[in-house]
Amino acid sequence: MSTAHTHAHAADHEAHDHHGPEKGWRRWLFATNHKDIGTMYLLFSLLMFFIGGAMALVIRAELFQPGLQLVDPGFFNTMTTVHALIMVFGAVMPATVGLANWMIPIQIGAPDMALPRMNNFSFWLLCAAFTLLLLSLFVAGGGPASGWTLYPPLVLQTGNALPLAIFAIHLAGASSIMGAINIIVTIMNMRAPGMSLLKMPVFVWTWLITAYLLIAVMPVFAGAVTMLLTDRFFGTTFFEAAGGGDPVMYQHIFWFFGHPEVYIMILPAFGIVSEIIPTFSRKPLFGYDAMVYATAAIAFLSFIVWAHHMFTVGMPLAGQLFFMLATMLIAVPTGVKVFNWTATMFKGSISFEPPMLFAIAFLFLFTIGGFSGLMLGVAPADFQYHDTYFVVAHFHYVLVPGAVFAIMAGVYYWLPKWTGHMYNMKLAKVHFWLSVIFVNLLFFPQHFLGLAGMPRRIPDYSTQFADWNMVSSIGAFGFGLSQLLFVYIIFATIRSGAKATDKVWDTAKPHGLEWTLSSPPPYHSFEVAPEVK
Amino acid sequence: MSKSMKYAAAVLGGCLPAASAFAAWELNMPLGVTDLSREIHGLHMLIFWICVLIAIVVFGMMIYSIVKFRHSKGAVPANFDHSTKAEIIWTIIPIAILVGMAVPAAGTLIKIEDMRDSELTVKITGYQWKWHYDYLDKNVSFFSTLSEDSNRARQKGSGIDPNTIPNYLLDVDNRMVVPVDTKVRVLLTAGDVIHAWWVPALGMKRDAIPGIVNEMWFRADEPGVYRGQCAELCGYDHGFMPIVVEVVTKEEFEEWLKSKQADGAEIATAANSTDSSDATMIVAQAE
Ligand SMILES: [Cu+2]
Repeated sequence: MSTAHTHAHAADHEAHDHHGPEKGWRRWLFATNHKDIGTMYLLFSLLMFFIGGAMALVIRAELFQPGLQLVDPGFFNTMTTVHALIMVFGAVMPATVGLANWMIPIQIGAPDMALPRMNNFSFWLLCAAFTLLLLSLFVAGGGPASGWTLYPPLVLQTGNALPLAIFAIHLAGASSIMGAINIIVTIMNMRAPGMSLLKMPVFVWTWLITAYLLIAVMPVFAGAVTMLLTDRFFGTTFFEAAGGGDPVMYQHIFWFFGHPEVYIMILPAFGIVSEIIPTFSRKPLFGYDAMVYATAAIAFLSFIVWAHHMFTVGMPLAGQLFFMLATMLIAVPTGVKVFNWTATMFKGSISFEPPMLFAIAFLFLFTIGGFSGLMLGVAPADFQYHDTYFVVAHFHYVLVPGAVFAIMAGVYYWLPKWTGHMYNMKLAKVHFWLSVIFVNLLFFPQHFLGLAGMPRRIPDYSTQFADWNMVSSIGAFGFGLSQLLFVYIIFATIRSGAKATDKVWDTAKPHGLEWTLSSPPPYHSFEVAPEVK
Repeated sequence: MSKSMKYAAAVLGGCLPAASAFAAWELNMPLGVTDLSREIHGLHMLIFWICVLIAIVVFGMMIYSIVKFRHSKGAVPANFDHSTKAEIIWTIIPIAILVGMAVPAAGTLIKIEDMRDSELTVKITGYQWKWHYDYLDKNVSFFSTLSEDSNRARQKGSGIDPNTIPNYLLDVDNRMVVPVDTKVRVLLTAGDVIHAWWVPALGMKRDAIPGIVNEMWFRADEPGVYRGQCAELCGYDHGFMPIVVEVVTKEEFEEWLKSKQADGAEIATAANSTDSSDATMIVAQAE
């Protein structure tokens, strides 16, 4: 067993005489094992979910009633900005990377990720990034307060937090790019014999496409924020009209990154849901090929719709028409996905374990987010919706009961495989019902607020908006507190719980390689590549 | 509520200081007072009902599947995994629906971008955190900021109940006044950071960007007072730079213009004779 595994560094030999994790802190700091790194990514994401969530609660507490009660407007703006940066780059993305680390080698029959040391480096870079970002809250001039989109010229008014935040974005971006390279290399080179591309699990497919998106757009974002940095500190005027620059150019560059970024967060969620629905419908995924092609089509379209985030900047008519039509087109492959998931359940034999409950909620609520997205894509109507709570409701529907519910579904689906323990099903179902009720109480009224005319990113509002804001804030606290149950369930399962079988779910599809391994899987997942037929 | 009642409510809301023209628990986009805003409202409702129809079909299928094919009820799973026919159908139908939506949307967009034949041009400049209105060729210009009572009440820990302030956060010292049934062209720019000028009842929102002049237009067909807010995050007091547009008859507008022009002349003379500390005001008036 140990002879098959050679190490480049002789110094490592003593620690690896016996194959298994190192002891103590060395196991985590020097982790190269995909499962250990996956676990760290997931725990990191959980921590960030709570930090970002606490910021959301500051926002919702201030908005509980009209008038300024708790924070001043500057700190409010910092909360909306950092909440978004943390949730996007610190919670949702690392969670999907954690799932990728855990599941991709196992699902393709590989022993580990292709580039384990780079894997370690990406994780610790991410920690450095968020240390910097959180530090930026405490420097002179206050934290970043220009919105997560960092539009100039406003962002250039940021104090010392600006270079910290920009460097944090650079590090997080480098981390994402390395993670993406690792995933692509792993998928391309380490699939078990017989696993052709079109036999890969859909989760692997969605991550392969996501990884390409990351490589394509993270450098663009890094470039944009670097230009902000030089505008602020080195006398350039990329985005300053007085110096011949153009503030709108920043928005084009940002959203060229920002729109694919949306799919970077949601495509892995599609993958997770595509794994879970067939399992608990006891029926193969409907239209596998179409699902793969639809994912690729969405990824392609994501590059040519960015300016629908900026219909109000004063684009030429032709530009508005193009971006409106291209945006509407996205509804087609997205629709195919929703229809195919529905067709998978149709004539199945459905049971409602926690992962399936979250997946079904995803199906309904992500679709609602899709509908509001379609409405926002219609340029004339967007002139009313733009920068209102309608937009806030839209993207939170896509990201919370969308991406986050899918991630939770994935955790409930694979947690017994990871830990070897079954979790408390009853508690998990309570967690589900609390989450699904409160998330709607939180975000659905925001549609009404936006349509009635409440702009987003304001710390105080006219009294006509008071009622729905109060409902939304109650939902927020309910949702936030419900997540403590999630943490309890996870840690209780890690520590104890009934022994999970290798197959975990008696309904798991027989060709899913993760279910052929023990629970928890061995240290080097597949020492001998399985044969895939 | 009928259209005319809405107008009446809007007009009353402008006249009665304490009455709010807005209903609490509002669910939908209110109907505006320009043709374009009503067209946009129509588009909004069209897409909304299309989404509702799709939702009934899709959610209906999901709910049917969840209810009908339950493992606990002994459902036996089928084993089909694709149907080219079904997949073609649910690719083609959405495309047809989208075309049906895109055509009217494009029509409205073309109207929105038609800036020709305007009868009055107002240049609006966003500043942190106020608006400046300049009636081009009319020699009238002024700043518009959050009204004093709202401003007092909105201070943290002010102890003033916002509900006691009429039009809390949606009231200004100087209103933008425009004549009814007149195509008003708005030129938008900003002096510092990006703002966005938005009055929902007029149907449009556009960014005010430093170094760039954006255009938009509206033609209000009902006198009244219409309120809005800056819609692009512009820093500390972004939430506190409201917009109030008062639509008056053409005669009233001419009178208003004359009185404003007289005010401007007075202030200009005052500036010449005394050393007023209200420097910004004078500079703005003299422009
Ligand atoms: Cu503003």
